[in-house]
Amino acid sequence: MDSETIIGTLREQFGDAVLETNAAADILTVTVRRDFLHEIMAFLKNHELMGFSFLTDLTGIHYPDSELPFGVVYHLHQFVENKRLRIKTFLPGDDPSVKTLTDLYPGANWMERETYDFYGIIFTGHPNLKRILNVDYMDYFPMRKEYPLEDQTREDKDDRYFGR
Amino acid sequence: MSDPRFIKVNPPEGYEGAGFFATSFDKVVGLARKNSIWPLPFATSCCGIEFMATMGANYDLGRFGAERLSFSPRQADLLMVMGTIAKKMAPVVQEVYAQMAEPRWVLAVGACASSGGIFDTYSVLQGIDRIVPVDVYVPGCPPRPEQIIDGFMKIQELVGKESLRRRYSEQYRELMKAYKI
Repeated sequence: MDSETIIGTLREQFGDAVLETNAAADILTVTVRRDFLHEIMAFLKNHELMGFSFLTDLTGIHYPDSELPFGVVYHLHQFVENKRLRIKTFLPGDDPSVKTLTDLYPGANWMERETYDFYGIIFTGHPNLKRILNVDYMDYFPMRKEYPLEDQTREDKDDRYFGR
Repeated sequence: MSDPRFIKVNPPEGYEGAGFFATSFDKVVGLARKNSIWPLPFATSCCGIEFMATMGANYDLGRFGAERLSFSPRQADLLMVMGTIAKKMAPVVQEVYAQMAEPRWVLAVGACASSGGIFDTYSVLQGIDRIVPVDVYVPGCPPRPEQIIDGFMKIQELVGKESLRRRYSEQYRELMKAYKI
């Protein structure tokens, strides 16, 4: 099963829901519309031709200047032919939510919690969507670009010497 | 005892005469305490590795009476925090400190434990003195075993000189209250 077959099958099945494909880079990347994401992932996992049975990783991205500023990236692995696939979906800033994958891949549970923890992306239907790595009392999402990396309570640093 | 292989502990100031030696109770207790400090190593990163070298045969912290590490806070005199403390770890450090019996001391080893060090970031506690009172800070990233020993000897100095009444003082109670311990 080569990249063209995957792209062809996805386009045939889901039509306009597949926004963009890129086979030039290391891993075949498919950008999809968020309302079809769960359906496409279920297809990729369960269809006999596909069989992407393993969710390697799941993470978020933030492009503050783009029209759809939040992204979720899924990395899939098919063991039979050792084939990898990257699925991207982009979400609007005022409603950064996407359907959870915990019903398909139980391993998505903690990864989605981590993505929520750092980007504030809501995974609708997640059984336990709360912070996982950061302290519970944290009141913002630290990987969003509008928040500075540095700890704001530090007093011993003179900004002039640190270029801020 | 003129054998140079053995280092004896000098007696405190006092009055000496034929068959007697008199000194204050504080000094005797201080002498005993400072030469048998039981440290609790709270090692989270590379400073902990330096501490392992410090405990090893080349540097041998045991020479200072700290042979017996206490892995239970209940029996420890000195909390040695060595390494980066994440904000999520902060309540754990505070709990360990709270479980230690008085008198207790704290040694912050390395830049991270002292001030957050290079980890000026949202997830790292910017110095353990924000959650527990610290007696001695050891600079370095990580500090060499010699520096850790130097810090430990500074602690010994403090322990030896501490008044027996200090832990009952209003000032000390205020300090604990300031840290909510």
